[in-house]
Amino acid sequence: MVSELINANLVSMRRKSVEIELNPAMWTTFSHHIRDIKDPEHPYSLEELKVITEDAIEVDDQRSHMVTFTPKVEHCSMATVIGLYLRVKLMRSLPSRYKVDIRVAPGTHATEVAVNKQLDDKVRVTAALENPNLVDM
Amino acid sequence: MNFVDDSVELREVQKLEGHTDRVWGLAWNPATGSAGIPAVLASCSGDKTVRIWQQNPSNGPFQCTAVLEETHTRTVRSCAWSPSGKLLATASFDATTAIWEHSGGDFECVSTLEGHENEVKSVSWNASGSLLATCGRDKSVWIWEVLPGNEFECVSVLQGHAQDVKMVQWHPTVDVLFSCSYDNTVKVWAEDGDSDDWHCVQTLGESNNGHSSTVWALSFNATGDKMVTSSDDLTIKIWGADIIRMQSGGIFAPLPAIMIEQFFQYIGQVFTSEYDREGVIASGAADDAVRLFVESEESKIDGPTYNLLTRKEKAHDMDINSVQWNSA
Repeated sequence: MVSELINANLVSMRRKSVEIELNPAMWTTFSHHIRDIKDPEHPYSLEELKVITEDAIEVDDQRSHMVTFTPKVEHCSMATVIGLYLRVKLMRSLPSRYKVDIRVAPGTHATEVAVNKQLDDKVRVTAALENPNLVDM
Repeated sequence: MNFVDDSVELREVQKLEGHTDRVWGLAWNPATGSAGIPAVLASCSGDKTVRIWQQNPSNGPFQCTAVLEETHTRTVRSCAWSPSGKLLATASFDATTAIWEHSGGDFECVSTLEGHENEVKSVSWNASGSLLATCGRDKSVWIWEVLPGNEFECVSVLQGHAQDVKMVQWHPTVDVLFSCSYDNTVKVWAEDGDSDDWHCVQTLGESNNGHSSTVWALSFNATGDKMVTSSDDLTIKIWGADIIRMQSGGIFAPLPAIMIEQFFQYIGQVFTSEYDREGVIASGAADDAVRLFVESEESKIDGPTYNLLTRKEKAHDMDINSVQWNSA
């Protein structure tokens, strides 16, 4: 029983970043990379559509970062694809030493657990990013 | 349970550079590394190639002696040498498994196994080299028979996993196949004595003390009575198997794998773990560290326990994808 409690705590520690008050410089770094990603279904950028908001960026001091995004429709089937687009953009912009976790914001998507698991599986993400359509983005 | 023995440490002896993308898998050629034969290592990468490295001279640095390229059209995820060391199998996201043979210093692709619907994730030879297994994102496990003249024939396509199958591994002494998956389970597959049909004889899931998230890898100790599994749930688990029961009778008895111990130090997904010949377990994870575990010398009433022997932080600048002991 004790072992199960320890495991649960470790999982939540990994998921939650230490919350630091975002200073203007940090926000600039991330928002610069994220705001020009287009939602595949609309001409506006993801930030303009409030899919990603300033609050959604959590930064911790160990060079691993959490980006959460809010799909605008609860059953949005594009959630995984949006997550992958974010991954592509951030991969190209950030030094490789940054580990980025991309998640659907809690409580915003019907299949949140399934989407997050897929976005967390780096082999699946790598294989999906080899799709030439995504690379063109 | 955990203590770090300060006298044991991991020291990097060489960094092999050449690949232009992530290195996903490694395999030591089992016919090399002893009796004066220089050790040979294969590595496979997101750059779509496989590189062969050889120690030259026998106790000197490793050099790249061959690049296997222009065959796979996507990431090569996994590679495995046949037990004789004469053939190398490479599994790729391009949905094929290539078989390479070397003569002299050159490698030639002598066969291409097709059939998986999408990315092939892993390939494994059985102990005698008569069978090959592959698995992939299409949720299936394929068993191939090795025929003369570098011919391969599919003898079974095993469905049963509910998701992407990450790895397949044959038991070291018995022709029983193990697979682990994104569906959080490990499955055990054996041949029915009467009908020569392969089927799933056991599933290790959460109800048997199994993992609660993707199982990335599994490995056996030399005698095959212990197995280690590593998972996205931040644990590695040690399982015990009763070999006698596995082999007894005409009817296959399910492998009674019982979870012995699990570890919690991980803060990132555990992608790989492997037993060495003496029972030391090495693991690599998304926290960029390599850890070694060893069974405790103190005997306990409930069963064996394990200690952390050493931890190498920042063994690499990024995630550890594979650890492989040279057992020569």
